[in-house]
Amino acid sequence: MSISVAPFIISLIISIRLRKHARVNTLPEQEKLLKYGFYFSVFLISVEAIFSILSITQWFWGLYMLALVIIPLQQIEFRPLRMFIIAFVPFVIELVISDLTEAINPDFFKTSETYFKNAETLTIIWMIAILFSQNRQSKAAEKERLKRLKEDEINRAIAIRKVELEGLVAERTAELTEQKEELEHAISELRATQSQLIQSEKMASLGELTAGIAHEIQNPLNFVNNFSEVSKELLDEMQTEMDKGNAADAIQIVADIKLNLEKIIHHGKRADSIVKGMLLHSRVSSGQKEPTDINALADEYLRLAYHGLRAKDKSFNASFETDFDETIGKINLIPQDIGRVILNLLNNAFYAVTEKKKQSGNEYIPTVSLTTRKSGTEVEIRIADNGNGIPQKIIDKIFQPFFTTKPAGQGTGLGLSICYEIVTQLHGGQLKVETKKGEGSAFIIHLPV
Amino acid sequence: MAKILVVDDERDIQTLFEQHFRKEIKQGELGFVFSFSGEEAMGYINEPEHEAVLILSDINMPGMSGLELLKLIRAKYKEPPPVVMIITAYGDESNYRMAMNLGADDFLTKPLDFVSLKEKLKAIIK
Repeated sequence: MSISVAPFIISLIISIRLRKHARVNTLPEQEKLLKYGFYFSVFLISVEAIFSILSITQWFWGLYMLALVIIPLQQIEFRPLRMFIIAFVPFVIELVISDLTEAINPDFFKTSETYFKNAETLTIIWMIAILFSQNRQSKAAEKERLKRLKEDEINRAIAIRKVELEGLVAERTAELTEQKEELEHAISELRATQSQLIQSEKMASLGELTAGIAHEIQNPLNFVNNFSEVSKELLDEMQTEMDKGNAADAIQIVADIKLNLEKIIHHGKRADSIVKGMLLHSRVSSGQKEPTDINALADEYLRLAYHGLRAKDKSFNASFETDFDETIGKINLIPQDIGRVILNLLNNAFYAVTEKKKQSGNEYIPTVSLTTRKSGTEVEIRIADNGNGIPQKIIDKIFQPFFTTKPAGQGTGLGLSICYEIVTQLHGGQLKVETKKGEGSAFIIHLPV
Repeated sequence: MAKILVVDDERDIQTLFEQHFRKEIKQGELGFVFSFSGEEAMGYINEPEHEAVLILSDINMPGMSGLELLKLIRAKYKEPPPVVMIITAYGDESNYRMAMNLGADDFLTKPLDFVSLKEKLKAIIK
């Protein structure tokens, strides 16, 4: 019994592969035909097995297989499988030719059967070679496809991450914008608070001055009153002397009255300058530099500071010394601001000597000195005390805002920082400090002329 | 001759006194000496031949204040104690009490009423 094993297996391989392709690419028509072809091949092999009619069925195998390779080769849908199909073409052709030859000329077929067998072997080798190379190609293609898939996946992941990151960036940007706005708000509030603090610091120092100002105005006013009174009496006396004919005495009295009137003018001007100084201090600084007699300004604030402290604290006692360089003349500065600096430094100096006085015996003489000097293109204003000095560990902090060594509620800690700003930023000068433990401190203002 | 020591850091006080009391000075009824600080006043009354029997002192002066001067005088001079009159620009209660506690004989406020001062001085000197 002989059956067509090879055609059956090969047609099976072809039809399974083609059906798979048809299924994957949704070609229902072709799939259906291939299914029938498959049933046909199963039917054919079964008939062969039962009836041994190979001489008839071999023609059906030949036709079926020709159809199986030729029809798909002509269809565009099976183009990707072209090489796969071509692998079987020589086998099918050889099969058909050998069958035809056997039927037409059996003698010739018998004599050249070996050639046909060899040709068949060759077609099988061809088939295997093509399929093998096909397999390798498709594996490489598969690898390539997987690689691309992976890349796509990575790209997709990157794209997703990018979107996420963009979201995060937008979120952070919104947060930062909000923070920026909050900070700007806080800064503007701080600026407002700062100017309020500066104003209240100024008002506080004006408060400290009030008693000094009262004293300083009271004294000249007393003289104005007293000299006016005595002059009135002198005029009466003069009248009497003139009535008596005492011309020499009357002339003497006239000289005295003249002197008194000069005193009245002098003390009137003194009160006037104090009121002006007070107004200058309380007024919002014009910020305008004007030619100013630094010695007069310093002297005025020295008196105000001294008498202010004296009036506030009855037991307060200190000597002050002044040494003014009269060659300075007028220099360009903002009088309100430099006045505040001098006043502040003087108040500190008097505070320092008072503190030391509390700790020392009677032999300690609290002394504050105020000196002005002109050297080259600079004017130096030196305010020195013989207090306890400034400890080295805080010397770097004294010009910082809100730094104070005074007990809570007694100092804002803004005094020196404002002084520093006025001297350095508004006047392009320098504010330095020299101190020696137990011997005192000196604050030196350098102003360019 | 008994002298009145006037202590004030305002130098014009001298001119003022000399003019107000010109008649008394001329007639030798009253004599004045002037000091312009507490320290200077102490220096003067430390001199053995000083003639001050009455001291008129301002409170508010640089350096030694009138109250400190009063304290020193009261501590140092027991017999005969000079009359000390304290003058101040601020006639406030605490200054008044402090001066009285330290042994001031009188407490005057500026501006000085020279008419009543003249009577007081004359009464004391006599």
